[in-house]
Amino acid sequence: MTTPPPAVRFVRVSRHFGDVRAVDDVTLDILDGEFFTLLGPSGSGKTTCLRLIAGFDHPSEGRIELHGVEVSTLPPYERDVNTVFQDYALFPHMTVAENVAYGLVIKKVPPRERQERVAEMLAMVQLPGLGHRKPTQLSGGQRQRVALARALVNRPRVLLLDEPLGALDLKLRQQMQSELKALQQQVGITFVYVTHDQDEALTMSDRIGVFNHGRLVQVGTPAEIYERPATDFVAGFVGVSNLVSGDAAVAVAGSPLTFTIRPEKILIREAGAAVSDGMCAADGWIRDVVYLGAHTRYRVELAAGGELTVIEQNVEATPADVRAARGRSVRLLWHRAHNRLVATQP
Amino acid sequence: MSTPSLSRRLSTYLYRRPVLALTLLLAPPLVWLGVVYLGSLFSLLVQSFFSLDGFTGQVVRRFTLATYRDLFTRANLDIILRTAGMAASVTVAAAAAAFPLALYMARYASPRMKAFLYLAILLPLWSSYLVRVYSWKLILAREGILNWTVTQLRIEGLLASLLALPGIGGPSLSVSLLGMFIVYLYVWLPYMILPVEAALERVPESLLEASSDLGARPRETFRRIILPLALPGVVAGSIFTFSLTLGDFIVPYALGNSALFIGQAVLAHQGTAGNIPLAAAFTVVPTVIMAIYLTAAKRAGAFDAL
Repeated sequence: MTTPPPAVRFVRVSRHFGDVRAVDDVTLDILDGEFFTLLGPSGSGKTTCLRLIAGFDHPSEGRIELHGVEVSTLPPYERDVNTVFQDYALFPHMTVAENVAYGLVIKKVPPRERQERVAEMLAMVQLPGLGHRKPTQLSGGQRQRVALARALVNRPRVLLLDEPLGALDLKLRQQMQSELKALQQQVGITFVYVTHDQDEALTMSDRIGVFNHGRLVQVGTPAEIYERPATDFVAGFVGVSNLVSGDAAVAVAGSPLTFTIRPEKILIREAGAAVSDGMCAADGWIRDVVYLGAHTRYRVELAAGGELTVIEQNVEATPADVRAARGRSVRLLWHRAHNRLVATQP
Repeated sequence: MSTPSLSRRLSTYLYRRPVLALTLLLAPPLVWLGVVYLGSLFSLLVQSFFSLDGFTGQVVRRFTLATYRDLFTRANLDIILRTAGMAASVTVAAAAAAFPLALYMARYASPRMKAFLYLAILLPLWSSYLVRVYSWKLILAREGILNWTVTQLRIEGLLASLLALPGIGGPSLSVSLLGMFIVYLYVWLPYMILPVEAALERVPESLLEASSDLGARPRETFRRIILPLALPGVVAGSIFTFSLTLGDFIVPYALGNSALFIGQAVLAHQGTAGNIPLAAAFTVVPTVIMAIYLTAAKRAGAFDAL
């Protein structure tokens, strides 16, 4: 049995703008039907990668394949992909229905079928009956849905989404996240999603590719990325992470190699509490306490140097208890198995 | 503590009364627009409903449509149609000539190149309009540089056959409707380029990318996205080129033949002939034409993208 070619394949792709290496030697396979997220800070090259797939930009080096066919130099209108833009890019002089129908009009789909598919798609994104409105008469969330419908109505094999939820407020963003994920499973199209929001990436993705300085740093499932970050950058960017190195690392783990430990894995105990087998221990005092409702964040200064952030659920603790903890001497305990050795990036 | 200065107290006073501040700011321009401009326009309209007593040469201040009846005599109708035809062809040609340049400036030119082009477009406006029109008369004259170039290129036959065309031709380019067309196109072109360029600049790049992403080739993107979104700019530019041509009397005076244009007719009737009512009626014509044009443009959806 032969495996089908990946939906998107990058082979040693680079894109230079003068001296700037926006994308630097990226090799990546995105599988058919996958929800793949390109995650990274702004300027890390994730959006440029998306534009290379869409065909708005072309690689300086390397090749890009869609479903096994090289497309490196093809213009956007000859690629079977569609894009949801960050600013939605709805045509202001057309109604919602005309916007959604645009791709079908270009492909000369007969009017009758066109109308059916547009109506079906507007119902799917929960905007039935708004077809006659102009984009300016819609809210941000509604425009976002129109942009999605306009792309999906063409039944592309790959859908590209460029930070589509960036302009929405938190509640709406969380609602759209689950809707997008459900939609992707319903239509079974490959989604390539660009975001700088690690929560969004962890919530929605089948796999994540983490970018930094134009390079692809790590590819993996959300759990892999979170639990086993490959570098200190990934550990710091995806979730909050404690980086322990130098003397502190020797004191705690017996080796100077840099490792990370997630704040929620650490337990706070009385000073001098017993240390069982397989546990790491670090002594220090609570320097700062931030009460965050569902949980509390402690900053603990270590006797061996450096500090660790610890997050505890507020199961029993009241805000008053939490405040009283400031300045207390404590022993921090965690399972050695949670330590992750990481490569440090210069 | 000392009492605040007068200017400071005045600032505070106005800050707390925004309506008063706005009224003070807007009063001078509103008086100018309302009384001086609209008032004279209204008095013009009133004048056009008076008539001239042909016997005494006095204006009869009584409402009549006689002046408008005069306007629709054969000779005067010719003047109106000739002027409107010239204005329409200049507008169409200016739009066609301005669009590629405006598109280049808005989408492709580097900032330096754009600054240079802006300067190149605006620079001619620094010199007197009269000087430019008379320079063109020299360029277009039988002994002028254009004729010389045409002769050197051995296509003088082509020019001769153009000039032989009835109506728009003439003894030379400097005395023909064809020559007037060339000069009008030159003097009004900046007024078309600038609004079209401004409209094109407001079209976000992502709209063009979205169009190509949805399968449209560049030609279709141009027709379905760029052109409709630039249309308000084209209409704004055409208001300039159209109305400026309708009201102009210098170009026909310098380059025309015996065939009159509206501007010349107004000049003649209010000056030597002293027929203020007919001059006023002639002046109402461009206003009516522009009103019809704008209504038609609005109906056609030219302002939908605004």
